[in-house]
Amino acid sequence: MSPVLFLAQRLSAAVLAFAVTAHLATIIYAARAGMTAADVLARTHGNVAFFILYVVFVAAVAVHAPIGLRNVLREWTPWRGRSLDVALAAFALILLALGLRATVAVFVA
Amino acid sequence: MLAVEVWRGGASGRFQTFHVARSANQTVLDVVTNIQREQDATLAYRFACRVGMCGSCAMTVNGRPRWTCRTRVAAALGADATLRLEPLRNFPVVRDLAVDMRAFFEKWRAAKGQFEPGPELPDDFAVVAPASPQRQTADAGIECIGCGICYAACDVVAWEPDYLGPAALNRAWTLVNDVRDRGNAARLDAVSAGSGCHLCHTHMSCTTFCPKGLAPTYAIAGLKRTTLARALGKPR
Repeated sequence: MSPVLFLAQRLSAAVLAFAVTAHLATIIYAARAGMTAADVLARTHGNVAFFILYVVFVAAVAVHAPIGLRNVLREWTPWRGRSLDVALAAFALILLALGLRATVAVFVA
Repeated sequence: MLAVEVWRGGASGRFQTFHVARSANQTVLDVVTNIQREQDATLAYRFACRVGMCGSCAMTVNGRPRWTCRTRVAAALGADATLRLEPLRNFPVVRDLAVDMRAFFEKWRAAKGQFEPGPELPDDFAVVAPASPQRQTADAGIECIGCGICYAACDVVAWEPDYLGPAALNRAWTLVNDVRDRGNAARLDAVSAGSGCHLCHTHMSCTTFCPKGLAPTYAIAGLKRTTLARALGKPR
């Protein structure tokens, strides 16, 4: 692993610590307040703070998960080299695209 | 009598059981030597100094990598009072308890684990203050004798056969902190390449099992910090 990937994984982990905490707090609040999906969407619609939080969350996931998965695959399978890196870059793009799609959806809903 | 299960063969083989008389303060190396001299002269193993200076008698004793000359039988015995001796993990087995250490030392070379004086000789002896932070850091890892215990204990070496391993990285870190050395650019490139220090999971098995009480984990952490700073444009 290069120092850049190592740093990216550590930095994205620090962002995730904050983002996951905010995400869980939001879920617990919504559940305990007995909010429906419509109630939630009414609050997220046009909410720039939520939008920015989830864009940052999704970006951190798209950086963190593929690097970790790359390490796991390298250690537990014989898969190495360029094909592995290309596959995990594609995985990062898929995570980013799906996450941003969901984030935009709740923002404009 | 002590029951001793000894690995016989190469990568594939089997355990052979011997019985050896117990004696006071008996070491595991005493047991292996007794077997080879008294019972089966074909048993292959390696030792030299017998006093914990050379590191050549390292083996797996009841599942743990240890210097057999510095391990008393009484301290190594498990609940079933049996001694199980295997070659060091993570090394190709030559035969029985002897392993091939070539890849281990090739990785020291790959990690630039040798002093690099630079193109011009200095005019005089370098004065390195014993209390200087860099000297203290180098001193912390300098006593390594290359026995391979840390390399055998390391799970990352088992998973990633190309990983440079704790001993080579520890050696590289002592040289990174050697103010006389002129080879750090190439060394830091070498230890931060794909199979370098960033693969370490900080399991600390190397530090747990090092018979010299060294802490390769901290050396590797130092390399991670230094190579990161370098990647961010702060050359040491």
